Amino acid sequence: MNDQTSKTSKEHFEPVHTNKVGGSPFTGVTGWIDNRLPIIRMFRHEYLDFQVPKSLSYFWSFGGILTICLVLLIVTGISLGMHYKPDANQAFDSVEKIMRDVNFGWLIRYAHMNLASFFFIAVYLHIFRGLYYGSYKEPRELMWLLGIVIFFLMMATAFLGYTLPWGQMSYWGATVITNLFSAVPLVGDFIVTWLWGDYAVGDAALNRFYVLHWLIAFLIVGVVVFHVIALHIVGSNNPSGIEPKDTRDTVSFSPFTTSKDLLAMLVFLLIFVAVMMYAPNYLGHPDNYIPANPMVTPAHIVPEWYFLPFYAILRSIPDKLMGVIAMVSSIAVLGLLPWLDFSKVRSSVFRPIWKQCIFLFVLDFFVLMYIGGAPAEGIYLVIARIGTAFCFAFFFILAPLVSIIEKPLPMPTSIHEFEEWKKQGKIKTIKLFNK
Amino acid sequence: MKSSLFKSSYLFIILFLFSFSNISFSKETNVELLKPSWSFDGFFGKFDRASLQRGYQVYKEVCASCHSMKQLSYRNLGEQGGPEFTEAEVKAIASQYEVLDGPNAEGEMFTRKGKPSDKFKSPYLNENASRAANGGAYPPDMSVLVKARPGGSDYIYSLLMGYEEKVPDNIKLEDGVYYNKYMPGNKIRMAKPLSEGSVSYTDGTKATQEQLSKDVVAFLTWAAEPHLEARKKLGFKSVVYLLILTILVYFVKKKIWLRVEPKV
Ligand code: HEC
Ligand code: HEM
Repeated sequence: MNDQTSKTSKEHFEPVHTNKVGGSPFTGVTGWIDNRLPIIRMFRHEYLDFQVPKSLSYFWSFGGILTICLVLLIVTGISLGMHYKPDANQAFDSVEKIMRDVNFGWLIRYAHMNLASFFFIAVYLHIFRGLYYGSYKEPRELMWLLGIVIFFLMMATAFLGYTLPWGQMSYWGATVITNLFSAVPLVGDFIVTWLWGDYAVGDAALNRFYVLHWLIAFLIVGVVVFHVIALHIVGSNNPSGIEPKDTRDTVSFSPFTTSKDLLAMLVFLLIFVAVMMYAPNYLGHPDNYIPANPMVTPAHIVPEWYFLPFYAILRSIPDKLMGVIAMVSSIAVLGLLPWLDFSKVRSSVFRPIWKQCIFLFVLDFFVLMYIGGAPAEGIYLVIARIGTAFCFAFFFILAPLVSIIEKPLPMPTSIHEFEEWKKQGKIKTIKLFNK
Repeated sequence: MKSSLFKSSYLFIILFLFSFSNISFSKETNVELLKPSWSFDGFFGKFDRASLQRGYQVYKEVCASCHSMKQLSYRNLGEQGGPEFTEAEVKAIASQYEVLDGPNAEGEMFTRKGKPSDKFKSPYLNENASRAANGGAYPPDMSVLVKARPGGSDYIYSLLMGYEEKVPDNIKLEDGVYYNKYMPGNKIRMAKPLSEGSVSYTDGTKATQEQLSKDVVAFLTWAAEPHLEARKKLGFKSVVYLLILTILVYFVKKKIWLRVEPKV
């Protein structure tokens, strides 16, 4: 008895606040809303007062550019979806109907097609920025990993989207790529049939490609949200690779970053619009204006330009299964980079050897891109194999090795000192994207 | 450094685009194509109405006996940016064709005169029928043919001009196969469709082989890209608009950044 009374008297109850209304710095209607749904506060905190390093170059504008591309892709995609028919007999004609009879249908379709290409241009520059300035290093590893997930999803949507007009390249591209799954030991053929929903690429496949094209597009939006939330926790890296310490090192997001990003977006948009309006089919393949025909194989089956480097890796290996594994891991291995490169210095500006390695890696990318469009034979095959080998050597040999043997250049201690050094010409940066 | 931003970032991306230009287009023929000057090329490109109308005549009187053009309707011939036939002319053109319609109230199919809303009538009922009539070869649908060939308008023009009497010794032609300088593989199963005077023009234009080919290719280009004129017009406007906006934003940005980086 005694025991019980002492327990009740000593027991301490934590107060609860299920009702958290309040705390808004705003008044009036804005305050009323913000007290109940704190998004306005959050927006001000994360986008207006948010401090970013002063030294960001235009390379940091591609994240925003990518977001704009994604939004435009979804808007144009939904508009196309209102007229498109995912039916093997009607798909090609429905796209032509969009081009001819839907008001501004030609504009919507050309925008969607070319945006897909420009999305990849932006993402490649975005990834290059991360590589060059060591943005994948602690504490931004998770952002880097989320980025790789986004990249895989982008490739999936772009591939699926390309099948939708049901032209010759759509059909044969889909056939080649889905057939890759037959390389899986034992259950390969089963998987392929399951993917097709039939015994060949046809109506059933087109229908599900359409559904998945939509679905994955929205999955990208979801992962992008995580990517951005993580960014607002770890903050932006910058060309010096040094973390900001005080207000001499930073500017507030608005109006500084916003005005700069806006300018970059406009330049990007200008180039995009010029290409879309004056060479709308330049980045595409003429064969995709021939309706899909299972009886006629095109002379060369080539993927969209942005897949060419990976296609080259796939074909450089004689064994199908190993080819698929190499292709997938050539991207996945990016995810190991934070742990393969253990140099304490982030920015390549201060890493003379690693800088050269990155330029070689970029060169390798373009070489493989060229090879991906060439026939897989003779000298091309030899180059493809060297290129593939270099790609993996870059990650597994160069990254760890260079981090051990390289002696970094002397570094400034803060971002504002970095800016001073830059003005004095003591360090070299990529001029093209400087402000 | 600042002023070179536009030039250099533009250059960078253009270089990037050009670096794979020769990959995305399959180069099956390595002969240089003929490149006549097209009125629809360039930033302000426009079709020549008279040429499109003549081109339609060539298509109708020659090509249409083998090639279909399923995506087009007769009404398109009267629409802005195309051959712009008058409403009466379009009606007259459509009514020259017999179209299968129905079923009627009695459940029977019937034929009637074509209307502007009808699709172009195909010469054959289906692909098999057209192959049967062409010795196994399939004359491709012409609706987007210009966009379906590397080289586009230049290629088709070259193809029409590329029939040569003298066949190189190393090429053996089977029955019904012709030598063409520009066709991939140099063998084509379409007899030379156009020669001087194949069609008699009513507007006094001389029907040389060059003229006929140019007109029909202009028509095919319009058919494949009926909104080309609207696109180029809008393209010019939007590029100019964006350019001005970009320049203004450039100065705004510069002004804003003076607050953190006073001029030294
Ligand atoms: C007698 C029937 C016939 C007529 C008339 C005809 N064609 Fe053809 N055309 C064909 C056939 C058959 C093919 C397929 C050739 C092949 O695959 O070798 C073809 C193919 C073509 C091709 C595609 C070549 C390629 O790159 O694959 C073009 C372009 C073409 N024709 C243009 C024309 C034009 C323009 C006209 C009218 C001036 C015309 N044709 C009139 C039967 C015809
Ligand atoms: C995530 C980014 C996206 C990418 C990279 C992408 C890519 C593509 C590509 C490459 C094509 C083929 C274009 C062609 O040759 O015609 C395509 C077509 C299409 N996409 Fe997307 N897309 C994206 C998002 C979306 C979204 C969000 C929707 C709709 C919700 C959508 C709807 C469509 C439709 C309906 C087509 C077929 C019409 C056509 O082929 O012109 N897309 N997409």
